[in-house]
This record gives sequence, C-alpha cells and structure tokens, in this order.
Amino acid sequence: MPRVTHVTSEGMPVIRAVSLVLAHAPSLVRLGSKPLRVLREIDRPIEFLRPHLRDWDAACTYAPNQVFIGNVDVDELAARPTPWHRHPIAGAPRFGPDGEIMPEDELFGLLAACDPFDLLALDRDLADRARAALDAHPIVGADSSRPAVRAGMTAQALAERVDKHGALPILGVDGRLLGAMLPGHDEDDTLTGQVLLENLACKATAALALRHLLARPGAIAASDVRYVMNCGEEAVGDRYQRGGGNVAKAVAEWAGCERATGSDVKAFCCGPMHALMLAGALVRSGLQDDVVVVAGGSLAKLGMKFQGHVKHAMPIVEDVLAGFAVHVSRDEGVSPVLRLDAIGKHEVASGSAPLAVVKALYSEPLGRVGLTLLDVDRFSLELHNPEATEPAGSGNVPLNNYRTLAGLAVVEKLIPREGIDDFVRRRGMPGFSPTQGHIASAIPYLGHARRGLTEGRLTRTMFAGKGSLFLGRMTQLPDGLSLVLERNPSKGAR
Amino acid sequence: MGLEDQAAVKRVADEHGSGVVVLLGTPDAESTQTLAQTVVAGDPSYAGPLAGVPLGLPVFHVFEPEVRDQVPADVYEAQVALMEMSLDREAILAGLREARRAGATT
Amino acid sequence: MDLRGKKVIALGERDGVPGPAVAECASRAGADVVLTLTACYV
Repeated sequence: MPRVTHVTSEGMPVIRAVSLVLAHAPSLVRLGSKPLRVLREIDRPIEFLRPHLRDWDAACTYAPNQVFIGNVDVDELAARPTPWHRHPIAGAPRFGPDGEIMPEDELFGLLAACDPFDLLALDRDLADRARAALDAHPIVGADSSRPAVRAGMTAQALAERVDKHGALPILGVDGRLLGAMLPGHDEDDTLTGQVLLENLACKATAALALRHLLARPGAIAASDVRYVMNCGEEAVGDRYQRGGGNVAKAVAEWAGCERATGSDVKAFCCGPMHALMLAGALVRSGLQDDVVVVAGGSLAKLGMKFQGHVKHAMPIVEDVLAGFAVHVSRDEGVSPVLRLDAIGKHEVASGSAPLAVVKALYSEPLGRVGLTLLDVDRFSLELHNPEATEPAGSGNVPLNNYRTLAGLAVVEKLIPREGIDDFVRRRGMPGFSPTQGHIASAIPYLGHARRGLTEGRLTRTMFAGKGSLFLGRMTQLPDGLSLVLERNPSKGAR
Repeated sequence: MGLEDQAAVKRVADEHGSGVVVLLGTPDAESTQTLAQTVVAGDPSYAGPLAGVPLGLPVFHVFEPEVRDQVPADVYEAQVALMEMSLDREAILAGLREARRAGATT
Repeated sequence: MDLRGKKVIALGERDGVPGPAVAECASRAGADVVLTLTACYV
C-alpha cells in the first residue's frame, strides 16, 4: 500500500510575476547545432542562408512572437490567417506585458556585458552601436548597475584571435566578422568558443528575463531575492565537471541580487516544471519567502528545422533565443495559487505506455483533489510553433499532445469521441513558442495564465512538461510533471 | 531519423541479417513516410549512413491491423490504443503505403 | 507478416507511440526486439 502524503490546501505558494523574453539572433543561426553540421557540406553557406534570415522587424511583427511576450492572446493567434509568417502584425511593439523582442545588436551588447572573462570580443563599430543601444534600454540601460559593454576591436585584431588563438568567428548575416569567442582553455573541449558562446547566450537571456521581472511595478527588490533556480538544458562546466552548473548564481549576480544564492535543476525539457515545484516547496516550507526560477535560451536549437524552411521558401523562424523568469512567493491573497497538492508525476513505473503516462500526469493528480479534466479551463502543454516544425516533417507537436489529452478524456468517458476537436480548441492552444527546448514545454503560456487567473477570466489552468531523458542514453524513460495553477480563492469562488 | 539512429539501425540490420523487420510508432503521415522510406530505400535527404543505402527492410506501423491483431488486446490497449484514437491513423497508414510503393518492396 | 520469431527494430516517437511501447507490442506478439529507439524532434 503506497504511503499517502497529505498536503493541505493552506499555505500554497503563488506565482507573483512572470517574464518571457526573446532575443533576435539571425547571425547566430549558422552556429545552431543542425545548421553547423549541415552547412559544412554546403558551398558558400553564408549566401545559402542569407535569403532565409529575417530582419528584426519581421521577427517582431511575427504573430507567435507577439503571443510569447504577451501582446496577443492565444485565441487571437488561432483566428489569424496562416501561414503566420506571411501575415505580420503591422506595428507590433517590441515590448509586451511579459517582456520584449530584443534586436540583435543589443543582444551582442548584452552578451559582452555578461562575459566576466573577456572571452567575447566584438567588432569596434558593432560594440559602439551595441553599447549605445543597450545603454538606452529601459531596463538594462546605462544606469541599471550592470557591467559596461567593453570597447570593440579592429577587424585585424579579431581575425588574429580567430587565426592565432582558436577563437570562434562570429559572422554576420552578410558574412562580415562581427566578433570572436575565445576558448576558455586551449585543450579542454568543453570550453571551446562554441560551447562558451552557447553558455553565455543562455546566461544573458536568463539574466535579461530576470531583470525584466525585477523591473515590473510592485516587483520584488533585487536585494530581497534570496534564492534563484535555473532550469535550462545548457551544461556549464569544464572537462572534469561538464555539467557543474549553477548558472542561477551567475544570473543572480548579474541581475544585482546581492543576497541570493541558487542552484540548477536539470531534467531535460521538464526542468522548468520541476523547478517551479521545488520553488513552491521551498516557499511553502518556510525556508524561503521568495524564489525566482529562471532559464535562458538554447543557441544549439537555433535553426534546428532550417532545412524545412529553406525547402519551403519561408523565413527561418528559429532565429530567436528565449528566456524566462518566474517569481514564486507566499500567498498574498491575489496571485494565482500553485497547487502542490495536485502535482502530476511521471514515475519510473509509469514507463512509456501512453495511457499510463497521461493518467499519471493528468487524471491522477486532478482526481486526488476531486477534479476532472473538465475542471481545467486551459491546458498548457508542449507549445512548439508548428510553423517551425511542420515544414521540416516534424509534425504539429502541440496538436498531437492536445489530441492525446482529449483522447484521455474520451477514455475517461468525460467527452464523446466526436468531442476531441472541440476539447482541443477550447482547452488547448496553437503552438507559438520558438523551439527552444525547455522553454517551449508549457512555460510560454504562464504570463497569459497569470493574467487570466488574476483578472478573473480563468479559474484553473494546468501546465505539463515532458522531458526526453532517453536522448541522454542513460534511460529509455521519458519524464513528465504537471502543475495546477488556480485563481486565488481570496478572489472569489473556485 | 537522426544520423546516429540511422547508424544504429544499419549496424543492427547488418549484425542480424535476415528476419529483421522495422516497426514504427510515428505520429503523422509525413514522419511515417519519411522514416519508412529511409529504412526501405535509403535516406531521402541524402545524408547519413543510410543515404543511398537501401536496406530493403520490411516496415510496419503499430496502427496496422495486421500488427495489431498479433498483439494481446490488453497490451495493445495499454501501449497503443490511446494514440491510435488521438492521432490520424488513416493518414499515417496512407503515408506508409506511399513509402512502400516508392520502395517497391513488401 | 507473422511477427513471431522476427527481429524487430522498434522506432518510436515521443509524441507518438514511444519506442518501449512499440517494443512491448512486438515482444508480446512473439518477436525478438533487437533495437529500441525513441525519436524526439523538438
């Protein structure tokens, strides 16, 4: 007989704030894992890629990206004409309630400002442009107590870093040398320029997201943040400790959280769900009053499906790095409640059988608290933009997942088989997230959910992440974790 | 199919020789057709260990009646039935037929 | 096609039928599963 753990409904933690940011990085697409490998076989890779890389305006007016930063509702996106890349939202703003879509020049400035070992060198002109733009940023500007963007180098000096010191050349969309990333060690293949640039991109986007969160009106003061948890899939370390980690601390430092420490939660794409649960547990236990969960983007996943986009003569939409930050805190009677009594866990014994997996993630936790699937207004599952994946033959991942969930509702006799489409439409959403791994797994709806649950349109949402542990070759098992986020009971009947 | 997976498939097919059959659990028509074609006629994207290497392996999908009928009902129920109901079974089987036609085996 | 005695390569997908689920079907149908893979394309 399994031991039953009783979790009472008092003292549940809440989600006070969410930020979701994108950084446009068309020049870095060629350094994504798939493009890097494929372009080695192509003559003139710069010319090959260039016609398919879009400018910042196109990335900013791209409807899915506007959903990501909170300017456009998921139902509005579902109603928009497709393909979305051919129907931009004219005049769509750079900033939204949840974050921003940062232009590439400023991203380079951000990367340089996040680099404590001076391994990243930028071209002089780019450095000047980046510094001016980033210094004028409303949140991470010149007076925001962050490191300055160092002076850049001449083309010659950059070329020397590449030719003589093993630096990774960073080329612009037009092939010009924009910068160079030195390795951290001559003989450590876990500290190559490529690896360090990936890690720096992750730190920078996580730090940007955290700064956005701290800049909200009524936000927690940076000095009151005592614990930060990072849940990205990067591996920061060196050859003796490849995944040493604690990017959380690096991010906390950069964001001015002087009294914070932190740690990383590693669980493939399910990392964020585990991190939110653990953050909630720290708050509920009283060990922390506030925990911030962060994650940065994946440079490795830029351009992952680019061959499909090239083949279909569409822009490469995987040209943005993503980042997020979530403030988990004590219940203040307003913010949506994280129900630690309704956590759905994929256990070892759940195996890979689809029915057992969905029961473990959805039916069991909801049933435990007297609810069914029909008591959830909106589910947030895998949210990868199908416009990125379908041209590459990788299907519509959100739709598959929502239809499987609807299938569970049929099995449980909650809806008839003919009700699958309606269930998906009402309680699901189109995918809109860039294919940035752990970030695309449930997280991108969090800003929308927090607003909807606070302003009363939503009563209950459920987030579920999945982790493909089998990719690491240590187990054939997948992983999954679900969390229920509800309107605060102080705001009226559930 | 990733290149590492292609290498594993080729290695296993080579090691075991005859009697090897591929069984798919792909979720849509396109991935079914692409993967089936890869193991029958070689990698259609012309990259990797199976590029231009026709393994000529018989390929099936778990949704096919002739596979389903050989699996104990309770096992099929637990492992496959939910996905068979949720995904577009007809499109998947059509993709498989198309791949077989292109490979002209089975 | 009789699965009994066949050597099966089980190619599953995370958002479809995963590798071990395909493998379980094959082995319970009497086949010998020689390779199990689960693809995840995102």
